[in-house]
Amino acid sequence: MDADSLYYSVELVAGSGHILNVEQRTALQISLVIMKKNYKFNRVLFWGKILGLKRDYFIAQGRGEDELQDRKNLYSFNCTDWFLLPSVTDPVIKEVSKVVKRRFIGNPSYVYEHVEIRRRGEGDDAEEEEIVTKVNEESRLAVTVDQIDEEASVAPRGAFIKNLHGLVQKNHSFVGLSQSEAANLDNFLHFSKPKNVKKKSILEIGELTPAFDFLDVLSDDIPKGSWSLQFECASRVCVLRSLLWLGLTFYHVPMTPQHGYIYFGHGTKNLDLPFML
Amino acid sequence: MNPPENQDYSQRSLQLAASFKAFMLKSSTKSNLNLYDHLTRVLIKVMDEHPENVVDVIEDMSWDVKRGLFQDKQSSLRDFPQTTAAEQLAEQQRPLFLQPEDPDQEDELGETPLPNVSEICFFLEQAGVGLGREEMQKIFLALKQLIESQALLHCRLWGKILGTESSYIVAEAEYREGEDEEEQNTEEAVEEEEREPKSPDSEENEVDLLPQSTYKAPPLVPKEAIGKGANKSVYYVCKEPGLPWVKLPSVTPAQITVARQIRKFFTGRLDTPIVSYPPFPGNEANYLRAQIARISAGTQVSPQGYFQSGEEDGEEEDEAPQDSYEVNPEFEGFSAAEMAESLSTWVHHVQHILQQGRCTWVNMAVNPAEDTNEDEEAEEKEEEPDEPEPEVGPPLLSPLSQDAEMFNTPPWSSKISSSLTYQHAVAVLRSNLWPGAYAYAFGKKFENFYVGWGLKYAGEGYNPPVPPLPEKEYPSGPEITETLDPTLEEEQAQKEALENQQAAQEEMEDSAEEDEEDDD
Repeated sequence: MDADSLYYSVELVAGSGHILNVEQRTALQISLVIMKKNYKFNRVLFWGKILGLKRDYFIAQGRGEDELQDRKNLYSFNCTDWFLLPSVTDPVIKEVSKVVKRRFIGNPSYVYEHVEIRRRGEGDDAEEEEIVTKVNEESRLAVTVDQIDEEASVAPRGAFIKNLHGLVQKNHSFVGLSQSEAANLDNFLHFSKPKNVKKKSILEIGELTPAFDFLDVLSDDIPKGSWSLQFECASRVCVLRSLLWLGLTFYHVPMTPQHGYIYFGHGTKNLDLPFML
Repeated sequence: MNPPENQDYSQRSLQLAASFKAFMLKSSTKSNLNLYDHLTRVLIKVMDEHPENVVDVIEDMSWDVKRGLFQDKQSSLRDFPQTTAAEQLAEQQRPLFLQPEDPDQEDELGETPLPNVSEICFFLEQAGVGLGREEMQKIFLALKQLIESQALLHCRLWGKILGTESSYIVAEAEYREGEDEEEQNTEEAVEEEEREPKSPDSEENEVDLLPQSTYKAPPLVPKEAIGKGANKSVYYVCKEPGLPWVKLPSVTPAQITVARQIRKFFTGRLDTPIVSYPPFPGNEANYLRAQIARISAGTQVSPQGYFQSGEEDGEEEDEAPQDSYEVNPEFEGFSAAEMAESLSTWVHHVQHILQQGRCTWVNMAVNPAEDTNEDEEAEEKEEEPDEPEPEVGPPLLSPLSQDAEMFNTPPWSSKISSSLTYQHAVAVLRSNLWPGAYAYAFGKKFENFYVGWGLKYAGEGYNPPVPPLPEKEYPSGPEITETLDPTLEEEQAQKEALENQQAAQEEMEDSAEEDEEDDD
């Protein structure tokens, strides 16, 4: 969620059980301003917190001109000193997914090891080969943050537009969804690169605007019911919780442009989801 | 340039302008608007409002102006006064804020059962946990309402369980004597009905009897009495503060054992059936109660020395684990740094739930022999003298440092709430097995709080239990198993043997006539 509105928006997502204490809030107010200046970001978001066994990672995200592409993630332990997370590439994602299944420790230089035994040849000539993959926690953190953004970040429909140059930017004329629109999952979009643009009938396309509807819709997610939509804070705030990434909470106050998401969790995907619905 | 030419040019451009104006004044067939007036209005709006970067937002302004024109139209339809959810909720929550009628009674001395939720909220906030201050205040008032309406002696805010449609706010209350007897009776009646075996139709003398199932359900582990073990406290839940509190039914061991094997999200409706394998005995209210019992048993902790074991322990039975404790008046309290550093300064103050689903173990091998009427069963039971080992859990008030490690994850993470002003910081404990369970301690004060999905950490992934093998339909024996067809050689050998036999018998024909008949 936007660092400027952090002060009150954290209260709106408190229904999930996590808040920031006053010390952290004030530290963030100061350090995020400095970060914005040093890294020349257009906008800084407080992204969330990943709970480790020993220490917790606080994550912030800086966004440049293009809200979708120009993103940089930073982490910190004390909300004051921020370190840039390494960029995420496909081989790193593969390695991390192979090696890591447990909880975060809280030490960025901790090395996860995974030994895989591969057989070569057949019968008695088979040679056993040990392949050791090593991944440190820092790159795991980078991959996890990226994955959560990819799979669970949310924006209300119309809050971002793709302008004539193809840049995705904040829509300054966005006045918020109405109360009834906010109760419908069709009006919330994945704020990540569109992956499965569903083929729609002409009748449906007629309703859409190319400037708004360039993202995937949450209601197309599989399995159905991987989002929990509720109205909280005296039924005035629309709150979405991802059941795939437990800990991700999105809020939107209907009829105002306020919206944002935050992640407070263990940084593990809920793979048991199909059994749990 | 010559003046006439100039004049001609200006006249022509005027003419052009006039014709273009006429074009712009042409009203649309659809909306009956024209561009000229529209542009005028848009420009007036720009002059009025002076927005920044007008050129970027001119489209939206134009759209706004158009939209504004339609609003004035009067509709012949009357407004339908529809109450929104927010308004409804506000109505329901209003009684929370009513002033008590006779405020004098409030001044009564003595301990109030109402916990100081604002203080708890403050300390939890230090720990980074909470539901938001406004929400907490409302819960505070709702708890007050609950205590007044139910005349509870002791009550605390247990926590919140998130559901997919709505959440549950859970309050824990102490069981009062004399309560719940009716409820217990009705429940038992229901259980008996369920236990009655379906009467078999085997009385009719038909030729082919359908095979009877030989499966016998293992005997039900008896429920713990209210006020004991897993049913020590009673729990009330509500969806939103201000909405009525619902009392949860007491938990049975079967529900706990099944709840251990399944992983389900709560929906937020208490009467939802739980569709799972193994089948859960009960609906969501029972499941919620079972999970609350498990979470309480696993994560309710207090600083060591705050409670001391009750007086009667040690003298009587050694086997029965004690389940009573009292507040130690001489408790001094630890410093936050000490509490955060070592897990041995924390102890469990809720009994461990055994594998059986109860806190105190019952020997199930003795009871069923009396119930069963079948002789064989009873004999078998007598033949097997080995009694099952009694399950023993860790004793009450055992330190957390003895907790077992699961999935290579330490069961608890502890920290101190602030590193900058550590002199006044709070020691915070977070459970890793039950994500969402927290405890804090500050001086002599401590509290446990749970907020989460009500699910245990499942390690690398949940494996649903496999259904048991299907029972055999018929006992396999020589009468009903198919035999192999004889080969040609075998047939011939058989034939020869028969012929030889016949030849031998023909010789003996005269001696015995009866044998002859048989051989035919």
